[in-house]
Amino acid sequence: MSTVRLSNPHAEPVEELDVKKTTCYMCACRCGIRVHLRNGEVRYIDGNPDHPLNQGVICAKGASGIMKQQSPARLTQPLIRRPGTERGAGEFDEISWEEVFVLLAERLKKLRETDPKKFALFTGRDQMQALTGMFAKQFGTPNYAAHGGFCSVNMAAGMIYTIGGSFWEFGGPDLERSKLFIMIGTAEDHHSNPMKVALSKFKRNGGRFVSINPVRTGYSAIADEWVPIKPGTDGALLLALCHEIIAKGLYDREFLARYTNAGQLVMQNPDADDFGLFAMDPQGDPVNPDYPHNKYWWDRLTDKLVPTHTPGADPRLRGCYALPDGTPVKPAFQLLLDRLKSYTPEWAEGICGVPADTIRRLAHEMGVTARDQKIHLPISWTDSWGVEHDHVTGNPVSFHAMRGLAAHSNGFHTIRALAILMSLLGTIDRPGGFRHKAPFPRAIPPIAKPPRGPQAVKPNSPLDGMPLGFPADPADLCVDDEGRPVRIDKGFSWEYPLSAHGLMHNVITNAWRGDPYPIDTLLIFMANMAWNSTMNTSEVRQMLNSKGEDGEYRIPFIVVCDAFQSEMTGFADLILPDTTYLERHDVMSILDRPISEFDGPVDSVRIPVVEPKGQCKPFQEVLIELGSRLGLPAFVRPDGSRKFRDYPDFIVNYETEPGSGIGFLAGWRGVDGQKAIRGEPNPKQWEMYAKNNCVFHYVLPASYQYMRNWNKGYMEWAQRVRMRRDADPILIHLYSDVMQRFRLAAQGRRPGRRPPPELRERVEKYFDPLPFYYPPLESQSTDTTRYPLNAVTQRPMAMYHSWDSQNAWLRQIHAHNYLHVNPATARAAGIGDGDWMWVESPWGKVRCMCRYSEAVEAGTVWTWNAIGKASNAWNLGPMANEARKGFLLNHLISEELPMQGTSRRMSNSDPVTGQAAWYDVRVRIYRAGDDEPKESWPQFEPMKTLPGVTKTRPGVLTYFVGNWKKRS
Amino acid sequence: MNPAFSVILLTTLTGAAQGLFLALFGCELAHALNLSAPTPGHDFYVVGALISLALSGAGLIASFFHLGRPERAWRSAAMWRTSWLSREVIVLPAFMATTALYALGHAMGWPLSLATGAIGAVLALALFVCTGMIYACLKFLQEWATPLTVINYMVLGCASGLTLASAYAALSEAELMFVMTSLAIALTLTGLATRSASLLRNARLRPRSSLQTAIGIHHPRIAQRSQGLMGGSFNTREFFHHKTLQFLRSVKWTFLLLAFVLPVLLLSAGAATASAPLLWLAFAVQYIGLLAERWYFFAQANHPQNLYYQTIS
Amino acid sequence: MTQLALVIDLNVCVGCQACVTSCKSWNTSGTAGSLADLNPYDEDPTGTFFNRVQTFEVGSYPNTETVHFPKSCLHCEDPPCVPVCPTGASYKRAEDGIVLVDYDKCIGCKYCSWACPYGVRELDPERKEMTKCTLCVDRIYNEALPERDRKPACVLACPTSARIFGDVHDPDSSASKAIRERGGYQLMPEWGTEPSNHYLPRRKTEMTIRPDQIVRTDNPLKVDGLKPMPDASTPALDDAASW
Repeated sequence: MSTVRLSNPHAEPVEELDVKKTTCYMCACRCGIRVHLRNGEVRYIDGNPDHPLNQGVICAKGASGIMKQQSPARLTQPLIRRPGTERGAGEFDEISWEEVFVLLAERLKKLRETDPKKFALFTGRDQMQALTGMFAKQFGTPNYAAHGGFCSVNMAAGMIYTIGGSFWEFGGPDLERSKLFIMIGTAEDHHSNPMKVALSKFKRNGGRFVSINPVRTGYSAIADEWVPIKPGTDGALLLALCHEIIAKGLYDREFLARYTNAGQLVMQNPDADDFGLFAMDPQGDPVNPDYPHNKYWWDRLTDKLVPTHTPGADPRLRGCYALPDGTPVKPAFQLLLDRLKSYTPEWAEGICGVPADTIRRLAHEMGVTARDQKIHLPISWTDSWGVEHDHVTGNPVSFHAMRGLAAHSNGFHTIRALAILMSLLGTIDRPGGFRHKAPFPRAIPPIAKPPRGPQAVKPNSPLDGMPLGFPADPADLCVDDEGRPVRIDKGFSWEYPLSAHGLMHNVITNAWRGDPYPIDTLLIFMANMAWNSTMNTSEVRQMLNSKGEDGEYRIPFIVVCDAFQSEMTGFADLILPDTTYLERHDVMSILDRPISEFDGPVDSVRIPVVEPKGQCKPFQEVLIELGSRLGLPAFVRPDGSRKFRDYPDFIVNYETEPGSGIGFLAGWRGVDGQKAIRGEPNPKQWEMYAKNNCVFHYVLPASYQYMRNWNKGYMEWAQRVRMRRDADPILIHLYSDVMQRFRLAAQGRRPGRRPPPELRERVEKYFDPLPFYYPPLESQSTDTTRYPLNAVTQRPMAMYHSWDSQNAWLRQIHAHNYLHVNPATARAAGIGDGDWMWVESPWGKVRCMCRYSEAVEAGTVWTWNAIGKASNAWNLGPMANEARKGFLLNHLISEELPMQGTSRRMSNSDPVTGQAAWYDVRVRIYRAGDDEPKESWPQFEPMKTLPGVTKTRPGVLTYFVGNWKKRS
Repeated sequence: MNPAFSVILLTTLTGAAQGLFLALFGCELAHALNLSAPTPGHDFYVVGALISLALSGAGLIASFFHLGRPERAWRSAAMWRTSWLSREVIVLPAFMATTALYALGHAMGWPLSLATGAIGAVLALALFVCTGMIYACLKFLQEWATPLTVINYMVLGCASGLTLASAYAALSEAELMFVMTSLAIALTLTGLATRSASLLRNARLRPRSSLQTAIGIHHPRIAQRSQGLMGGSFNTREFFHHKTLQFLRSVKWTFLLLAFVLPVLLLSAGAATASAPLLWLAFAVQYIGLLAERWYFFAQANHPQNLYYQTIS
Repeated sequence: MTQLALVIDLNVCVGCQACVTSCKSWNTSGTAGSLADLNPYDEDPTGTFFNRVQTFEVGSYPNTETVHFPKSCLHCEDPPCVPVCPTGASYKRAEDGIVLVDYDKCIGCKYCSWACPYGVRELDPERKEMTKCTLCVDRIYNEALPERDRKPACVLACPTSARIFGDVHDPDSSASKAIRERGGYQLMPEWGTEPSNHYLPRRKTEMTIRPDQIVRTDNPLKVDGLKPMPDASTPALDDAASW
């Protein structure tokens, strides 16, 4: 072997590497990457500089992709639980894919012929929903969801029900033009590279960055100001900010009057059944019957009742008026004022711990910046009412928020309060503020609706409705005539009516209990429901193995599809080995959650760069194969023959309806690839993506890039390319009549569906048309003097949204976790830095190690999530730090809460959306005894290594790829 | 620092070898200058030099265990212009060769043994300087960056060598034994003084580097939260002894006792009773004491890089 | 004379560790590789990295700053690791000032690491050779790479562009400008090692809103009449006093 001297880098022939482009999937961010190959092996992965999302940068996870391929936990062949052995015992036999498909097709066929809802499909990844959701719909089961319910559905629903868009894939802060940026309730690294890129530019441009968070790590570290806050109290802070902004007249009146429902009149006859609904003009043109626009303003100039958006009129935002028939009415803004009246900064200080002076100062900073640093872009546009504007205005205050607000049982209203604050400041889809990403904005609420009852589920038929959607009315709930849930997770039931992403966190408990009914087959894709993705981990693991009185498993058949030997695979009856992201085709579709930019829709693809390992098969291929074998209509021709060869073929040729021209990918459509967004299937579509960095970016004309809720040009374009059904404007819902409709139903003042009696009070209380603050449900029912602390988790940047904690490089950075405690709090409990300690909630306790931190609110403790592993899981050694010192906080969190005054148990979730309330848990801490073992508790029986998974873990890894060997 | 036994053995063994050689040469020189009566024969020098050679040879062998790539050790003579380690690598074999020549000269009865001895003595002293300077030249290892380091290497090596010479001389010449023992006691007491001086100095050292200078942030309260790794690294293995302060203290008192106090007592008793076993015991005890002393020498040195490796999470 | 170096901007570093693993990924298969990992899937995994990101907390709650601090070889102008090396394996290049290890000459005596106050050299546990940041010397001159890519892997990876690469002896380089204009500083200046890598300190953007800025003439409260005039029929001072 020749020797290369570093002293003379020019002496060696320079190395040229084969570069292939694809899309990362080390987390959910989906950056463009370049995979550099040496003799066909992956030598290096870096960011693709020509990709709009990450612009060439990469994160710690993306740069460690090589080690994902090296993981000793890779599953390599389909496995079936050995006959005669118990589930969870870890005894498996190899099985061929053909046997898998025969077995599954036979089982699922029977279910589909009899009761399709006995099949449940839940996925941990919500960026493949276009396909997985379609499969569920075609199969005919309503029992489908992705992980949104236990992730951030409050963020999606709270914002979408208010402004028609939300953060992350749906929209975000325009940091390029913003002057003041407030990040509130954002864990460590959400979202990854694009936020980092933007944040550093923002700071370098002199922008001011305020972080409101119980913990100062990650992005908060570089904030100009850190405002520590008690978990679950952000709603109080946001409402007080709204209060102060209005009190000082710092709201953008022009924006509110024209672009929100602030001026629209709400009926106020307390005895009438239409109380709290918008007054409708029976002679007016509804424009869109599903979202009628024929509402009223009280014109300030003529002091008269006029149809909304009458040219030349300007609505009163305050006051109380009367309709010609005498019905008292108030502008929605007046109702908001009434609501905010008592939400003073002093009131909020007592709840959230942020001093009233700080709240006022922040409100003034926001309001004055928005008002006095206005941006005027010389871009002309026409609004939905035909008025031409010669410029676009921006109020440069922006926000970002995520699970810190969402993962509380009061999250929906907190997030509504945030969206209203952003609207008061006039920052929606404007430069320097919040901006939508295609296909958002959507109608409020979006058109997609869940199935409306048991009749939607019929044997041998696709589901009537989408498995997931956005109810606008009690009629849209998925309940039977008695108001009982139709879905296994009780989604879209009266318990959690707006559960737009389902409640994956309750599926196993409900199926185990047979409430609302038992199911037969549970297919879990890439979700660790036996570990960090479930609440109440220890008991859920028992439920997975639990048998009924008949000796049969309560969940008769569990299928797990995963690329790795996760904790969940141990509880499978059938294991389907998935590929990694470097081994498969994938699409980031506009039908799903694409990677759009503010300036227009973007979608992208993955193209395999290495061969799948062993017999691994992409889950997408499994679905296409199963769909074809089951004869699901979308996958077969009328004669029942198979329609799509494989997943790439499906992606190219599938259209939402025959001839619709809409498919999974928006780029290079049409026979010659000349059409964008909409066009006939193009057989060369994959090649064209491959040639173009695997990404399609459609840049809208400048006049379509802003004010899209009310931008006539944009709306008509979106309607033309069928990205939207309708083109009518989307007024911001400061006041939510959608919520009021549910409340009226609960009050029995509305024809049609009513909640069952035991839920009426709950629905009436929480379906408030205006945001309000209430302590998280768990705090309401917990003795907070016994459990004085809040406990929260986040994932570290190097593992954020990632699926492989066994990564050899990343696990050196985070091998185990500590509980981070404010030194004052820890000392008061007699716990020293580095001591073993117990953290205990009403539901369970965990032994862990303490790490002092001055960067955590004194009433809060926190830890990194998903570092702790079950012994031998992920094929880590039995003494691995993750299992011996690492721990999960999940053991402390119940998936259910007792319903006060009844024997019922309800999901530990937001009563509006079913969002899992991870961050509501209350705990106490104390020192572990000196005689206790120095290891985390609980511990679990070591997992057995599955067949096909390597039995020998390397003791030393000296990764040097290819034959190009520098050194002998 | 994390004391490496290869280096502890290297420095203690060669130190004794150098001291012994100096004793032999001193004896011959004194004889040549008619300063002393005892006149040991050639055998005395031959065997003595061979013992010295054996000790330094053992030290050399031990040193190879310190190297990651011992097969490349020959390269290490290259940088004698700048590197004290490189100089040591040159001087040590030169000293050994001279010692061998010295033994050979005496065995063959060559006339130039005194001159060979003189060269050997210079090399022995130079080797002390090289060894000491390897540590003393690292200016930010403040515990080492003092002339006392070189002095201690020299004095302690000589003391150990003289103690050995005492025991060795007891086998042949009682009178020589007395001279050697007296010198050994004197050197051991000197060593106690110089080593105590360095202990006192180091106890009063104020580290010039702090977390503030290490990361360039000037705030009175800085605490590390994470060192960026959790399973240890070269930095946590090489520069930390991972022992308690209490253990360190007990090592200090142990070596003060074993390297200085007990040997002086044993040497005195040995001389008084003319007991070779007691003198051999004195050497053994002192050698063990010096092992502890050398361990402590490394362990006590607080490398500024350690500021960066305080906490994991 | 050229002195290549990194200028690290602590004002924007969020501690994401991208520089750590991108460095590992490039270098383990490069001229500086392989970089071993011991116990990669067992207890106390540990390996050779050229670059680490550490975290410090400055101040006391609630006035706490969390500082992420990347650290790799600082390529000192007067590198103490070089003269101590007995074989000449450790050296500083005249042409660009990069401090390198010629692995083939390294005997693994670790003396250079003792001579480095910053703890940036790591002996590879498998190769038993001293390793360290090379500033990706096998990238920055590699003409097979596009011009844009001829930078250290960590620099290209860094999502917040907190790592500025350039010639700190060239006053016009972006690295020099950053040092000059943004208060770039060196680590442990007390030892006179003159590290070429510099760090840029945190900067705070403050906002001061004075009371007179809050209410403007066009305050919408005037339009919305949040402070309505009282009814004319209610008593006033005029009704109660005479002068």
